[in-house]
Amino acid sequence: MDISNKDRARELPVQQIDVFTDTRDILAHANRAAKKRGFEDWLICDVDAHHTETISWHELVQYIEDPVIRHQAMLFHDEKMGTASYGLNGDMGLKYQDVGGRIPHQAGIREKVDDGVHRDVTLSRRAMSALGVDYMVLFPTPMLTLGLHPQPEMEVYLGRAYNRWLIDKVLSKDDRLKTLAYLPFNVPKEAERTIEEFSGQPGVIGFCVPSVRHKAVHHNDYMRIYAMLEERNLPIAFHAAYHWQDQSLATINRFLGMHALGFVWCNMVHMTNWILNGIPERFPKLKSIWVESGLAWIPFLMQRLDDQYLMRPSEAPQLKKLPSEYMRENCWYTTQPMETVNMKALQLTLEMINAESQLLFASDWPHFDFDLPQEIYDLPFLSEQAKRNILGLNAAKLFNLDPTPRKTL
Amino acid sequence: MAEYLVCSEDEIADGGRKVVACGEREIGIFRVKGALHAWHNMCPHRQGPICQGRIYPQVIEPVDERQEVRTLQYNEENMHVACPWHGWEFNLETGRNAGPAKYRLHRAELAIREGQIYVVL
Repeated sequence: MDISNKDRARELPVQQIDVFTDTRDILAHANRAAKKRGFEDWLICDVDAHHTETISWHELVQYIEDPVIRHQAMLFHDEKMGTASYGLNGDMGLKYQDVGGRIPHQAGIREKVDDGVHRDVTLSRRAMSALGVDYMVLFPTPMLTLGLHPQPEMEVYLGRAYNRWLIDKVLSKDDRLKTLAYLPFNVPKEAERTIEEFSGQPGVIGFCVPSVRHKAVHHNDYMRIYAMLEERNLPIAFHAAYHWQDQSLATINRFLGMHALGFVWCNMVHMTNWILNGIPERFPKLKSIWVESGLAWIPFLMQRLDDQYLMRPSEAPQLKKLPSEYMRENCWYTTQPMETVNMKALQLTLEMINAESQLLFASDWPHFDFDLPQEIYDLPFLSEQAKRNILGLNAAKLFNLDPTPRKTL
Repeated sequence: MAEYLVCSEDEIADGGRKVVACGEREIGIFRVKGALHAWHNMCPHRQGPICQGRIYPQVIEPVDERQEVRTLQYNEENMHVACPWHGWEFNLETGRNAGPAKYRLHRAELAIREGQIYVVL
């Protein structure tokens, strides 16, 4: 029997996706979905994506300001064997996000990059193009636990080096890449210095407090920081993470459980303090963004705090309205990882947080629980305007970005 | 109905696969315990490329007569493919999710003639 070419199946070039597979091949279905939905004409801002800064740590440590620490760090990377990155704390080998190799892009992105720019520029561009994203806000990864470092000054050294390195090597090479610069929150004076130094630098659209830390966000030491950000109209983000050494998670033996709770708990604690101590009353124009805790925790906390507050208003005397009202008017939230198994619950959540103005799309690419823009587009209960707002227009307003789409699909 | 020639039967060994495009659609053909199974390359979770994922035996945790557990084990009787996007796992023979049975892969029809494998869509 004669078989014409059109009747022959074409073997896909990638039979099994692994850590060497090109981002564009991994996300080929996402790109097709973006084209199918006409995202060419939609502004899409990805407010939380990541790179693995430790791959470039030997390069990054050269940006440490302190000459003695810089020298130590460079020698450490030139000479020491079998260690983690200089100065970083964290959970060392407890990084099971890739589910034993099942999700290779989480384990490593080892594809070929030879575009003449830093690998993180190339990899981010490939992801933006595949996902249909116009602007991508980059955050570090292992540095997100620096808030628990036993040496508070190390957060200052490494946080500043990271900001300088990121601007120099990545953000200044592509104005579609942005960041919320690292704030060394454990040393308030240095955090203030960071705001002075990095406000207005290429790609810096706000500042980020990695949430895993045991510092009270309502302490008087931080009021100057909030005032400085409010004056500059720059948002403050609380980026969640997990840390398995946290005693409240000590009995959990499965990464699944620890990750599910850890990524939410840190922001629930900070949000509780933020609201009950009246930070939105003291800084009504300060915009706070709550990043990477998903969304399901917000209705729970709103209800819990409202009920308790009405019984004990004398303990939160600065509040003039319900905690939930501050949470839906003064706070912004990123979508990922958006809980979608119960659509009814998700719909109610989006109503409760006033998603039409307060919700910001985030992919969290390349992490194992990343989301795609199509998940917002496909929600059956949102208007087109609400979808456009969540996918990009809310972020454009919040960060003062040009709302004209810039991508080519 | 359209038929697409994939390859000869012996090109897919036991434990092997071939993921192909048939026009606009992508199909993964797997051989498990000697039999061929074909699935649309579209994870029911987020439409990820499920058929291009890694293959693992099902993970089980045996419980002894005292209701105690000691080790995790692989059950080679049930082979799973894991979606490389988010890790959703499905049985390669039944298409059923490793957890709730309501999540399933979409099976594609195969025809075998004169030692050649065809996808029928």
